[in-house]
Amino acid sequence: MKTYEKSAGFFPVFERKSGPAKDATHYCPGCGHGNVHKMIAEALNDLGLIDRSVFVSPVGCSVFGYYYFNCGNFQAAHGRAPAVATAVKRTNPQAIVISYQGDGDLAAIGTAETIHTANRGENICVFFVNNAIYGMTGGQMAPTTMIGQRSTTTPHGRIEALHGNPIRMAEMLATLPAPTYIERVAIGDSKHIMKARKAIRKALTIQAEGRGYSFVEIVSACPTGWKMDPVHSRDWLIEEMLKVFPLGVFKDESENRDENSWLRRCDAYDPAKVDEYLDRLKSTLGDAAPVALTNDLHCKFAGFGGQGILTLGLLLSQIGMRAGQHVSWFPAYGPEMRGGTANCSVNVCGGRIGTPLVDTPNLLVVMNQPSLDAFADQVIDGGTIIIDSTIVEGRLDSTRLRQVLIPATAIADEVGTAKVANVVVLGALVAATDCFPREFCEDTLRAAIKKRSLVDMNIDAFGRGYEFVKNAR
Amino acid sequence: MARQFMKGNDAIVVGALAAGCRAYYGYPITPASEIAHAAALHFPALGGVFIQAESEVAAMNMVYGTAGMGVRTMTASSSPGFSLKQEGLSYCAGAELPCVVVNIVRGGPGLGNIAPEQADYFQITKGGGHGNYRLIALAPNGAQEMCDLTMLAFDLADKYRNPACIMADGITGQMMEVVEIPTAKVEQWDHSSWAVTGTPDTVGHLVSSITLEPEELEKHNLKLDAKYKRIMADEVLFEKYAVDDADLVVVAYGVVSRIVYSAVDQARAEGLKVGLLRPITVWPFPSEVIGGLCGSAKAFLAVELSTGQMVEDVRLAVEGRRPVHFYGRCGGMVPGGDELLAEFRRLLSGGSR
Repeated sequence: MKTYEKSAGFFPVFERKSGPAKDATHYCPGCGHGNVHKMIAEALNDLGLIDRSVFVSPVGCSVFGYYYFNCGNFQAAHGRAPAVATAVKRTNPQAIVISYQGDGDLAAIGTAETIHTANRGENICVFFVNNAIYGMTGGQMAPTTMIGQRSTTTPHGRIEALHGNPIRMAEMLATLPAPTYIERVAIGDSKHIMKARKAIRKALTIQAEGRGYSFVEIVSACPTGWKMDPVHSRDWLIEEMLKVFPLGVFKDESENRDENSWLRRCDAYDPAKVDEYLDRLKSTLGDAAPVALTNDLHCKFAGFGGQGILTLGLLLSQIGMRAGQHVSWFPAYGPEMRGGTANCSVNVCGGRIGTPLVDTPNLLVVMNQPSLDAFADQVIDGGTIIIDSTIVEGRLDSTRLRQVLIPATAIADEVGTAKVANVVVLGALVAATDCFPREFCEDTLRAAIKKRSLVDMNIDAFGRGYEFVKNAR
Repeated sequence: MARQFMKGNDAIVVGALAAGCRAYYGYPITPASEIAHAAALHFPALGGVFIQAESEVAAMNMVYGTAGMGVRTMTASSSPGFSLKQEGLSYCAGAELPCVVVNIVRGGPGLGNIAPEQADYFQITKGGGHGNYRLIALAPNGAQEMCDLTMLAFDLADKYRNPACIMADGITGQMMEVVEIPTAKVEQWDHSSWAVTGTPDTVGHLVSSITLEPEELEKHNLKLDAKYKRIMADEVLFEKYAVDDADLVVVAYGVVSRIVYSAVDQARAEGLKVGLLRPITVWPFPSEVIGGLCGSAKAFLAVELSTGQMVEDVRLAVEGRRPVHFYGRCGGMVPGGDELLAEFRRLLSGGSR
């Protein structure tokens, strides 16, 4: 005599289940979940995958998948199982990951996760139990509810004009290039069940071999939600549901995809490797002995976008950093950037920097007229304003400020390109403030400019700006 | 010394890598996107995971997946995106999963704008999603702290098996400062007793936030509550700046504290006794130290980029013993140092709001 035992894919006793009946599932008589659970548990065990399997059950009747499956279990938020499954698989590509979802979960609240997980071709199995109703929450309309079918939220039956049509997920997903295998099966008669069993095994095998994403839609009965007895439910499923949800393979690329071609990589944390990597991110300006700063600089740089205003601020910041000073750089971003203007605040200080925003600069650089109009009044008494006199026509009549006029763009043209006008201004700034020694600044520029071929031009530009101011004194 | 001049947003990623974070899940949003840009570059280069998710909701649930495996993971966003993460955060808190979530707070409500604000304070410090839970919330005020507090956030998340949040703002995210690049953490937390990793040794483990029986769910909530009380007792961080003899104690965090440093210096130069108490953890809030200052301070002033959120916690800490004033700008407007100085002068000469 042959004895049939519960698969080792299930827990021997369902201890996590509340109530006295620890050997039976919580599913209703005639529900398809029991069949599908059994087929998955048997397949995981037979294929030798159960030890490394992770079963993700989101909200719906199958939220209690973890009562039954003798593997690792995640309970997930409504519709999010594919996102959770994606992360589990990516973090441990050797895990066998199952996203087990109902129709509301997969095709309504979790539609985005469903489509994008398929579109990324995640190497997981999605088992989709389509029973055309919300079971857990009390028989409401599902995205797969049939036209005319009554539910607690379509009391007069589903009407196309009001509720849309039942959605065919297998067909939709089959339009995507990435998925490997998409089939719709049914828990109808025994012939259907044997086909479903085969599809589930195939999907798990594809995953185990690293051949990519599988989606098995299982049309299934919900006698309680449908308000039918189990026998009539299965007849209705076969006679009515399969008209809208035809069975078949919608996509099968399993033969065309190499083993492990869809396995992604995630290495374990290795502090030594991280240290080595982070070392590459450090500044390449080279070590320098601290260089004294004559006066704290609170600068505002302003001009048109494309004049290298932000870069000018960054170059001064890098000189300050290499000199061992405290430095901050903050770009205006968002609405202030409209109209093609750019500005940034830079602080270079001997001590800790308070606000990184420079509202009242002691040094203002303006490279266009609107910037002069906007910021000149903010400069503190006795402050310095450097003006690119090639571009800016206006002059301040105030004696409150020290004005440095330099035809920076014209000088840059002489050097070879107007693009280095910002570096001409930097030379002028260093000369006007004597903040750091000229040579130190030039050394920093040489290290900071990544493109070797541009170094000489920039040093030339810097030197001309510097000389212009020094000679004007 | 390994240093680099970098954006606060980039410093977060450096801190995360050095903390052993292996997986980043994100969705683009200004002004937090640089975090995703840096993660996209660095995580795969170090054999880690980077996914640009289909939504903030999906990104947060991906964090739930990796966190449930006991592996360090994070996501980052800005206010509207952070709202979408509340579902996943509640699930992480319920299932007690350690993870780090960054919010580079911008102007709200609704789509608001992309300028700096601090108006997500309630959402971050009072729970945000459904149910009884808290986020451990750290508020850096410069690029170095963006790095260092991210590392600390991972440690605290692991220590308490709870999500931790970095609450920064558009300025702290966008500005560049000199950052000392940290050494990678060697010690790692052992989550092998509960995590689900898809390996034979974790078969039978369950990551879940569902507890059907009311008696059991009450027990679970009380257990979480006891954990939150331990965090409140042990993990409060703050900075005092010129505060011990201050008549007026300013309470401010994040970028606002930077403006207040400058304003306090100016006030002191005028002989005004003003000091700053800066919460570094905005949850747990430094209530005890603020209460303790009631002996020396004559009044408190909360300064925020909001219409008044943290000020409620200052009032709870002061318990009516001293006046608690409020000064706020919002919508992306940031107070200038002079503006704050004028407020200090007004309050110290007997004015009030």
